[in-house]
Amino acid sequence: MSRISRRKLITAGLGVVAGASGVAAASSLARRYGLIPPDGGGVYGPGETLTYAAQRLLTRHSSAREFAPSQISKDPFANEVDPLGEAFQRLQEGGFAGWRLAVDGLAAHPRSFTLAELKSFPARSQITHLACEEGWSYIAKWKGAPLALILDAVGTLPQARYVVYRSIQSDWWESIDMADAMHPQTLLAHGMNGRELPVAFGGPLRMRVPRQLGYKNVKYITRLTITDSLKGFGKGLGSASPEGGYAWYAGI
Amino acid sequence: MYNVCANWYNLAMADSVLVPVAASVVPVATVRSGHAPVVRVTHWITALAFLALLVSGVEILISHPRFYWGETGSVLTPPLFKLPIPASRATVPTGYGYVLPDQNGWSRYLHFQSAWVAVLTGLVYVGFGLSNGHFRRNLLPARADLSRRGLSKVIARHLRLNPAGEDETWSYNVLQRLTYLLVIFGLFPLVIWTGLAMSPAFASAVPVAVTALGGQQSARTIHFFAAVFLLLFLLTHVVMVGLSGFRNRVQAMIAGAPAKRREGV
Repeated sequence: MSRISRRKLITAGLGVVAGASGVAAASSLARRYGLIPPDGGGVYGPGETLTYAAQRLLTRHSSAREFAPSQISKDPFANEVDPLGEAFQRLQEGGFAGWRLAVDGLAAHPRSFTLAELKSFPARSQITHLACEEGWSYIAKWKGAPLALILDAVGTLPQARYVVYRSIQSDWWESIDMADAMHPQTLLAHGMNGRELPVAFGGPLRMRVPRQLGYKNVKYITRLTITDSLKGFGKGLGSASPEGGYAWYAGI
Repeated sequence: MYNVCANWYNLAMADSVLVPVAASVVPVATVRSGHAPVVRVTHWITALAFLALLVSGVEILISHPRFYWGETGSVLTPPLFKLPIPASRATVPTGYGYVLPDQNGWSRYLHFQSAWVAVLTGLVYVGFGLSNGHFRRNLLPARADLSRRGLSKVIARHLRLNPAGEDETWSYNVLQRLTYLLVIFGLFPLVIWTGLAMSPAFASAVPVAVTALGGQQSARTIHFFAAVFLLLFLLTHVVMVGLSGFRNRVQAMIAGAPAKRREGV
């Protein structure tokens, strides 16, 4: 009884084989349905993949919670940003009239938009929660052009899988998958709490992805690139965050 | 050590006839069986995952060692309470003249990966415990033990720091049973729920998971307290294992109940 019997050994062996082929089948299915995040390799790859795949299966169409006007935070915290640089200051002195959002990549009609053009899209207003990965949070009313409308306007091609977005601060860029990019609550926000979006909160133009944490909500957006693969961007991990040690997917 | 085991075993054998043991102690047939393989494997995987969750959780916590109630909270709003520790962010006023290095990246990766390990292992364990009667047999206290007399007897024995009786070599006493049940079906589900409630994507799919707790910051605060209670459990657990024969108990959780077979007789 203290020795492992042959039957147990065979059962265990079959179990291992079944488990391994199960994992292999699951991973090929996950790849086909786009459930593997760009930082899904490495030591933490399994955990990241499980989180991203589970949340994609569970939340593809779900909407971030929206709140009552009475719940808007009186003292939202802007967080600190690196110095914005001369180019930004010049644009700010001009009332951001010269601000441009370039949209390129897998688009039939790549083009750039002025702020006025972005504001002419049917705007969406929503009162949502913004939580920082550090633990603090606030609720604000955001107004902006739904990213989906802009992606439609440039004729996004069907093979698009991600949208890469960049800040005027050159080392600050992120990306989201099409589930988040086409989500009706994902905005290129230009207004906050009934006013123009303040510079401290990302004005004149900020990505608002309310189903993900603060660091996916990049401030000072100047460029969108629609792509079918993130391999050619930076180190191929999806965004600047994994390069700095943070997960690409920030839905948790 | 092996002699001690052998003695315990012999004593237990003898006493099972002579001494009226607590009602929790299951009679002869199952009493000698040690920890089932599933229990042992899931125990150690959970132990490792929990340590990783603890370390990474502390690292995440120090980026904002302030707690709030409701949906929102930041350095601009009054906290429910704050921990008197330095922070890893310059934006948090702590009273310390320095800022700790930012460890949130790998801590969050490790936290969620370990959470998956703990949750999947927990599912295997709970499935096993329900299907083979492990909970009913080994963890559910007997009604007789839940009487005031039964409870006060065990509590008094603990307070006097008396060693565990022979009847506890093979079975959990009523306090252990209640504690394990509280940890398995109370604290672990609570810490998982409050953890998920902090996820904006999960909250979008299951908003009631957040609103039932009073908000996302409430979830974070409850998550912290659940983790504190789990840590207290871990410390108590290790101390009790130490007091009741560390090597023996650890060996039993690694190899089942091998004392009687390992004595080389």
